[in-house]
Amino acid sequence: MATHAVRVNNLVRAFGDRNVLDGLDLTIAPGEFVALLGRSGSGKSTLLKAIAGLDYDVKGSGELNVPDEVAVAFQDSRLLPWLRVLDNVELGVKPGNGRAALAEVGLKGREKAWPSELSGGEQQRVALARCLVREPRVLLADEPFGSLDALTRIKMHDLLRELCARHRPAVLLVTHDVDEAIDLADRIVILQDGRIGLDIPAHSADRTHLLSALGIGVAA
Amino acid sequence: MTHVLDHPVAALPQAPPKTTRKRLGVGKPIPYGRALGPLLLIGIWSVASATGALDPRILDSPWTVLQTGWDLTQSGKLPDSVPTSLRRAALGFLFGGIAGTVLAIVAGLSRVGEALIDGTVQVKRAIPSLGLIPLLILWLGIGEEFKIVVIALGVAVIMYLQTYTALTGIDSRYVELAEVVGLSRAQFIRKVVFPGALPGWFLGLRLGVTGSWLFLIVLEQINATSGIGYLMFQAQNYGQTDVIVVGLVVYGLFGFLSDAVLRLVERRALSWRRTLSG
Repeated sequence: MATHAVRVNNLVRAFGDRNVLDGLDLTIAPGEFVALLGRSGSGKSTLLKAIAGLDYDVKGSGELNVPDEVAVAFQDSRLLPWLRVLDNVELGVKPGNGRAALAEVGLKGREKAWPSELSGGEQQRVALARCLVREPRVLLADEPFGSLDALTRIKMHDLLRELCARHRPAVLLVTHDVDEAIDLADRIVILQDGRIGLDIPAHSADRTHLLSALGIGVAA
Repeated sequence: MTHVLDHPVAALPQAPPKTTRKRLGVGKPIPYGRALGPLLLIGIWSVASATGALDPRILDSPWTVLQTGWDLTQSGKLPDSVPTSLRRAALGFLFGGIAGTVLAIVAGLSRVGEALIDGTVQVKRAIPSLGLIPLLILWLGIGEEFKIVVIALGVAVIMYLQTYTALTGIDSRYVELAEVVGLSRAQFIRKVVFPGALPGWFLGLRLGVTGSWLFLIVLEQINATSGIGYLMFQAQNYGQTDVIVVGLVVYGLFGFLSDAVLRLVERRALSWRRTLSG
């Protein structure tokens, strides 16, 4: 059994002359939930895309150690509007497990619905079911709850926590929400100047401290 | 001492609250409003014909047109011409539609295809199809092939442009999704590219069918010895405005019906969109 689910060594990614990621190291243990914080433009999404293997024309170097069973949850639910919910969930995998996955996210009975018939929260649930059905060892999530209203977001937090407890994937959650990070993660890392600037367990994380690390003086 | 309560005031009919804002939108549509304009026009036409204000040499009266339409049907002239015209438009539309779609798929799905085809079609697009008529007459004569080829060329360009734009305009977020879930190229084309391009393809079909009628009308009035346009061309020589109007009505019905059929098919095929437009 490997001691890590994801290992990133000395990762460099550049846009033009600017090294957005500049010698970044990050290791995520199997089943570990890591929240990645950072100011906008700090390279959070760049790191996520590099780990997901989606940065085709980006210059860079470094060592990436990522299993094949990776699932990605996007900020938008990114369902194909012309496929019914079940077909969206089973996109790219052998049909069969989609119904169970939909039941697990609380959408039993909606298999035949079109995505446009669902609410924003339900669409994001379908997107989670689509991740689930792949039985991922690593789940990469790029602000998956960013476009949801506050109440729906709290429900989705509970759902995600429950799913992670049951399936134990390693999770890298990109977020701009400090409270979300403290609430969900085992460990919080902050991206600064192209590297991991702060790396602390979530239970010892202090909101004010995190915010100041992100450049926001709360009291000031 | 007992107090008797008044009847609840809220239950009484109340005047609607006075709106203080000036309405800028155009308000509710008039029922069957779209038919009003044409009906008014026919009304004016009828009155002008009945009072003699409209000279029959300029335009015959509506009832003469109806009578002529009936006579032409009875005499077999119209029933003979309609299938001829329909066949030309249908074959031209069919071949043009297939050619345009196939070219667009090849150009839209491969860089080599794009390099070879897209530039060529863009050049062809700059030359109006009707401008090719003299050359095509030299090559093909003035028979049926010539007419079908001209219609097909025009329709092919329309279909190509719409389909190619739709194929290359697939949302890059969906491409990224396909990569993430590990679709094969064939799956990607089948599940993402084709369904995503279908609305654009249908738009091409509808523009193409309109185009095929347009080309048909032009062709039948230059070098035809049969068909609706030929009937109208002869009527022009004899000053029969009633026959010309009958021809126009038949062309109009063709266009209207073919568009209606395509709309119906489109609604079936794109049922996932119905919920969006309500």
